[in-house]
Amino acid sequence: MARRLPHKDVVIIGFGWTGSILANELTDEGLDVVAIERGPWRDTATDFPISYAQDELRYRIRHEMFLRNSQMSVTFRNNANQTALPVRTWGAFMLGNGVGGAGLHWNAEFWRFLPSDFTLKSHLTQRYGANFLPDDMTIQDWGITWNDIEPYYDQFEYLCGTSGTAGNLRGEIQDGGNPFEGARSRPYPTPAMKQGYGHTLFAEGARKLGYKPFPQPSGNLSHSYTNPLGVTLGQCTYCGFCEWFGCANYSKASPQTTILPVLMRKSNFEGRTDCEVTKINLDNTGKRATGVTFVDSSGEEFEQRADLVILCAFSLFNVQLLLLSGIGTPYDPQSGRGQIGRNFTHQTVAGGLGFFDKDKYNFNPFVSAGAIGMCIDEFNGDNFDHGPLGFVGGGYIGQVQTNGRPIETTAVPPDTPAWGSKWKQALKDNYLSTINVGAACHGSMYSYRDNYLSLDPTYKDRFGRPLVRITLDFHDNEIKMSNFLLEKYGEILQAMGAKQVVKHPRKPPYDVTAYQTSHLNGGAIMGDNPGNSALNRYLQSWDVPNLFVMGASAYPQNAGYNPTGTVGALAFWSAHAIRSQYLKNPGPLVHA
Amino acid sequence: MHEHKSLLATLVRLLLFASAVIVPSGPIMAAGIDKQDFGQIQRGRYLAVVGDCAACHTLPGSGHALAGGRPIETPFGTMFAPNITPDPTTGIGAWTDREFIDAMTKGTGRNGTHLYPAMPYTYYTKVTRDDVLAIRAYLNTLPPVYNPVKADQLPFPFNIRTSMIVWDDLFFSPGQFQPRADKSDEWNRGAYLAEGLGHCGLCHTPKNFMGTDKTSERLQGNALQGWFASNITDDRRRGIGGWSISEIVDYLKAGHGRKTLGTGLMAETIGQSTSHMTDADLKAIAVYLKDQPGQNAGNNEDRTPAVASDQPIMKRGRSVYADECSGCHAGDGKGTEHLFPALDGSAVVQQTDPTSLLHVVLRGTRSVGTDKAPTAAAMPEFGWLLNDNEVAAVLTYIRNSWGNTAPAVSAEDVRKARHAFVERSD
Repeated sequence: MARRLPHKDVVIIGFGWTGSILANELTDEGLDVVAIERGPWRDTATDFPISYAQDELRYRIRHEMFLRNSQMSVTFRNNANQTALPVRTWGAFMLGNGVGGAGLHWNAEFWRFLPSDFTLKSHLTQRYGANFLPDDMTIQDWGITWNDIEPYYDQFEYLCGTSGTAGNLRGEIQDGGNPFEGARSRPYPTPAMKQGYGHTLFAEGARKLGYKPFPQPSGNLSHSYTNPLGVTLGQCTYCGFCEWFGCANYSKASPQTTILPVLMRKSNFEGRTDCEVTKINLDNTGKRATGVTFVDSSGEEFEQRADLVILCAFSLFNVQLLLLSGIGTPYDPQSGRGQIGRNFTHQTVAGGLGFFDKDKYNFNPFVSAGAIGMCIDEFNGDNFDHGPLGFVGGGYIGQVQTNGRPIETTAVPPDTPAWGSKWKQALKDNYLSTINVGAACHGSMYSYRDNYLSLDPTYKDRFGRPLVRITLDFHDNEIKMSNFLLEKYGEILQAMGAKQVVKHPRKPPYDVTAYQTSHLNGGAIMGDNPGNSALNRYLQSWDVPNLFVMGASAYPQNAGYNPTGTVGALAFWSAHAIRSQYLKNPGPLVHA
Repeated sequence: MHEHKSLLATLVRLLLFASAVIVPSGPIMAAGIDKQDFGQIQRGRYLAVVGDCAACHTLPGSGHALAGGRPIETPFGTMFAPNITPDPTTGIGAWTDREFIDAMTKGTGRNGTHLYPAMPYTYYTKVTRDDVLAIRAYLNTLPPVYNPVKADQLPFPFNIRTSMIVWDDLFFSPGQFQPRADKSDEWNRGAYLAEGLGHCGLCHTPKNFMGTDKTSERLQGNALQGWFASNITDDRRRGIGGWSISEIVDYLKAGHGRKTLGTGLMAETIGQSTSHMTDADLKAIAVYLKDQPGQNAGNNEDRTPAVASDQPIMKRGRSVYADECSGCHAGDGKGTEHLFPALDGSAVVQQTDPTSLLHVVLRGTRSVGTDKAPTAAAMPEFGWLLNDNEVAAVLTYIRNSWGNTAPAVSAEDVRKARHAFVERSD
């Protein structure tokens, strides 16, 4: 029997980016808020101090920061004809755990989506006709527009101190920025990062080919910055230990470096770590959440009742908890009915190597950062004419090499032996003069009828709850798109002066063991009516109006950008709706 | 050491004699407290913050404000702060106002017992009767908490409370603060706060072997509880001579100056006391402290390091610094404003006694978070990573680079500090 805890105004499930943002916004409203987090408390000086933060073996190879598969995992299959098997060590994506969540180990590539990304279905249909899209593609509009979301991108960027060069300031195209970006109301809060030689050379190569390269927007800060909450971040030291790592010197935006110092001082906030929410509880109408049940590390079960439940776990686990709690209708790929689990997407990433003359080029690849890099956006979204190409979607292309860490930075030309003295010599010859970017072509993945999430019929967690099952494969459209981007990337490497270019095209089937990104999206998507979405435009559940679901699980499909900028913007957008509308009149914010 | 022992023996003899002395308790005074006087109560609340009563009388994490029980480390052993809530049996609820005033200003407890100067009555004696009564008025409004505390658990001879009569005779000069006519009202307000309720000198003034202030070295810095409370005179190198009035006010208010962060025991003082004080009072304190003369006034522009940069210890220190420290404190020792303290020109770095530096490097520390500056960046511990020679080298290096100068730190200093910190429970 669960022990019942005193009632709270708000219970937040998961204490990463969105949990921190919502907790801070709602405690500002005077509400009594508790956040429940599956993993441990984490902080800079105690969990990833500068005296050992830069440890590739510990954090990258041994997955120190990540959710242990023995605590919770997922199952995977490519299609409905296969039997899914559990993932026993993370591969294609890395799932965060603990306070800060994925916001702690990210690279901090800080993108906004394109205005047309939010109205994708209407936009593409209008430009190319409905027949241009593959039959089984299930993309749709988000239910919001650029003008809705722009102020909240701005708010998230100013929270984090994002470094970048504006490309479109209130409609005026700016030199040096991304000319394709949507109009922004303000410049970035801090200037773009400094760029390494390899990144600079990429920009020169791109310019030669007529493109307009710009610095990647970055949550690794070019300058120290004090945000509107009064929290100060430091200046990036370009150590190259960002993705998979916590930042040891307060220069990567994370909940820890932007929000928690303020939130944790508030008397109306409480955080419970090492506590796993097992269910969102509903009253007997099934239309109102009464709170959550969770289990602490001693195995004791508690019930936390609350007026408002905010689901802020990672996308996969948001969907799992909705399914386990009986909220909404599970998606059925046969009939296409049901919303929970529908439109699950990842990213379509490809990259390659450029080998340069070692006597002429020294890139010092270890001087780097998670979101350093020069990019072009000519082939993202619908920035180019897809008509003659026979596919939709796109991505940014960039020299976004984040590090030269010793264990994994071992690129050698294809004809080199895999071990021994010749391999060692080749590694030595090429380490400093190779452009090595796994995610140079950061492509979109659009949604399809047969890519979805569901509960696994066989594999269960330690409480006996079914694991969430991923059914996912690449479709021709994505492969065509990715190959097109890779072709363009290869041309730029040549223009940079590479003596040899080795491309690594993305090939089907989708491989759950090979890392791409950790950008998993969809499964509880937002939209304009309950017939096409799990959430309304404010991320409020259509089925249970006192439940809001944050994060990338709300994306109807994935764009050709890293998702976190949009995750943060949507969290602020939703928080604003809760504060300005919901609290005054609790109930559905959109009437279907 | 010999001198120390023989003086101690003298003291023991004195107090054995003195224990026969009987101190009569005075008549009960008419109350100066009106329970309805909201203004008095609120003034008392503010003054209790200025006096930082909670620092000793609230056990952190107990949830009971001012109910006592916190261990207080003294050079003579550990004591436990008493319960000062209005509980009649275990607190001070049954005390008369006169008894309260005497405790605060004369160091006498009920029925003529003598308090130990861990209770800073040697400072509080300067506080006006009105202010003491206001504090009492505020304390009267607290929820009474039943919490018996055995305050003194000192070893012989210090466990004999009447020994304090002798101590008081030797070292305690009672009497209210007397304003100086030749100074401004602001200076006098600052002096009243700093020398009285604020009791800055309790930590910042060096002590003699009997635990009393060396008045000739007032506010020049003092080692206690594993830290070194810095020199806070106007000394340009080791004190606050390089700070403007507004920088001092910002530091006391926010816990973070432009170039420095409040850590260690001062973090607690800022968090509980000075960050809640009015800007006017903080400015008055700053004005007063800035008027306390520095020690090496004629020598402050001398940028010659005590240890030359070509010494082997400096070379070794430079490489440790580059590897472990420069990521945050920067190669030029200038740090990052409001986040990572500057070491270049830092008074803390150049204190003659390196205890605080040893603490910070070996054990790490967290700066104070306040409403004005919530970041509260922390320094990780390096004790597990750097050996005694490396710590000695890097500390010697930062104490003698960029124009800093301070005595070298030896591996033996580090070894001793490491040992002392292991013994500490905090």
